[in-house]
This record gives sequence, structure tokens and C-alpha cells, in this order.
Amino acid sequence: MTINQMAEALGLRVLTAPEGERECTGVYIGDLLSWVMGRAQCGDVWITIMSNINVAAVASLADVACVLLAEGVVPEEDVIRTAEQKGINLLCAQQPAYELAVRLHELGL
Amino acid sequence: MSETVRLYFDVDGEDFTSAGQASVQVKKSLRQLGIPPEIIRKVSIAMYEGEINMVIHAGGGKAEVLICEDCIEIRLRDQGPGIANIEQAMQEGFSTAPDAIRSLGFGAGMGLPNMKRYTDEMKIESEPGKGTDITMRVYL
Ligand SMILES: Nc1ncnc2c1ncn2[C@@H]1O[C@H](COP(=O)(O)OP(=O)(O)OP(=O)(O)O)[C@@H](O)[C@H]1O
Ligand SMILES: [Mg+2]
Repeated sequence: MTINQMAEALGLRVLTAPEGERECTGVYIGDLLSWVMGRAQCGDVWITIMSNINVAAVASLADVACVLLAEGVVPEEDVIRTAEQKGINLLCAQQPAYELAVRLHELGL
Repeated sequence: MSETVRLYFDVDGEDFTSAGQASVQVKKSLRQLGIPPEIIRKVSIAMYEGEINMVIHAGGGKAEVLICEDCIEIRLRDQGPGIANIEQAMQEGFSTAPDAIRSLGFGAGMGLPNMKRYTDEMKIESEPGKGTDITMRVYL
């Protein structure tokens, strides 16, 4: 499943999708950045409620497929701009992380 | 690639929002040099953790990356407060990060363990009151 397909299927709000055709291969949920760096896999959908600027750097370096902000969290404008520049897919959802994970599981992740 | 490529960075200790810039730049350079993606990921994560530590715990420092024929070496130097007990600092979960930093998602005490995990060799030299030198190597 690609980022664009996931956004469509889950009704996500797409903030940036410079790599919208990128394939998602797994899911990681977490808000502590060093845990994400240590445990998330390349190609994961990273579900978090952290939306500060450092999230963009972590997403880029850990090479996750996208950042999916849960619980209706919306980042500041500069974070969205940075994500776009760094080629990071950034999406947001009203649902909590658990619900998103269940839906992604149903979709085959 | 027979020539060693060297990259130098000044890591600003004041600007927390741009922290990680050196690592992002290294990632770009490694990609241009055609280094395999798994290696790039290891190097950039290890360097980012070290870079963030210099910003949070040491007020900034200097980073140097050497891309040699058989390995990539990352050297991080700062003149911060140093690490009194390295063994303790290396443990998962140990952190002295202040609350303001924790609220940004840092301070899990996983940075140094990640640096060890993602590199093939890691050496820490630190003297309280003088600073910290960290050298890491990832073999190609
Ligand atoms: N360059 C440094 N100078 C001084 N102290 C350091 C430095 N790097 C790490 N430390 C000390 O070692 C501790 C553990 O570092 P580590 O990177 O593992 O965790 P952290 O930075 O506190 O949290 P996290 O990396 O999970 O966000 C730090 O809390 C700090 O006390
Ligand atoms: Mg750290």
C-alpha cells in the first residue's frame, strides 16, 4: 500500500506528500524520539502525537515512509514547510493511535 | 573510492530547532557518494543522536565525518560538562535531560545505546569539566 492509498482508505488529511507513491511496509507507534530512532524500521508508518520540528529530522534520518499525527494533532506551519523540503510525507488524523493501527492492520500492514 | 572524504560541521548549541542539520547533510553527502542505504541509515541515526546530545547536554561542539575505503568514521567533540559515569550513561533509560527538553520527545535515555547499536565500534572519552570525545565507526 502506498501513502496515497493509505490516506484515501483512512480518510487522512494530507499535509505534505512529496513521496506519496512510497510504499508502507510496517507501523511504529511512539513519541519518544530516541525510541523511534532505535526501533522504527525503514518504510514504517510512524504514528505519533509529537509535532515539533525535530520530528521532521527523525523521520528523515530513520527513513520512515511517513509521519502520521494522531488524535487531531496539527503541526505548526514551519514544521509542514520543513517536511515538504525534506521530502517527508506528513499526514494527520482525528483517530487515536490504537484505532489507526487497527485500521492499518486490516489493510494488510 | 580510494580518497578519504572529510566533512566538518560546527554544531550550534543555541539553536535547538535546527539541531540535526549536520546529520541531514551527512545523509545527503553519503547518498551522493553512492553509499548503500542501510549504511546511510546507521550512520545518520548514530550521528543524529550524538549531535543532539552535544546540543542538549554540552552546548554544542564539532563533528567530523571521514568516509574511507572500508569504513565511515564519525568523530564528535565538545567542551561541555563531560560524562562522569560513562557506564551509567550507556544504560538504556538513563537521562539527565531537563523537563523542557523531555516535552519535545527527547530524554528517553536511548541515544547513547542507539549509537552503540547502529555502529560497529564506539569509543567514548570524557573528562568531567573538560568535555566529551566520541568516535564511532561503521564498516562498509
Ligand atoms: N555530549 C555529552 N556531554 C555531556 N553529557 C552527555 C553527553 N552525551 C550524553 N550525556 C549524558 O548521558 C546521558 C544519556 O545520554 P542519552 O543520549 O543516552 O540519553 P538522553 O540524551 O538523555 O535522552 P535521549 O537520547 O533518549 O533523547 C544524558 O542524559 C547525559 O547525562
Ligand atoms: Mg541523547
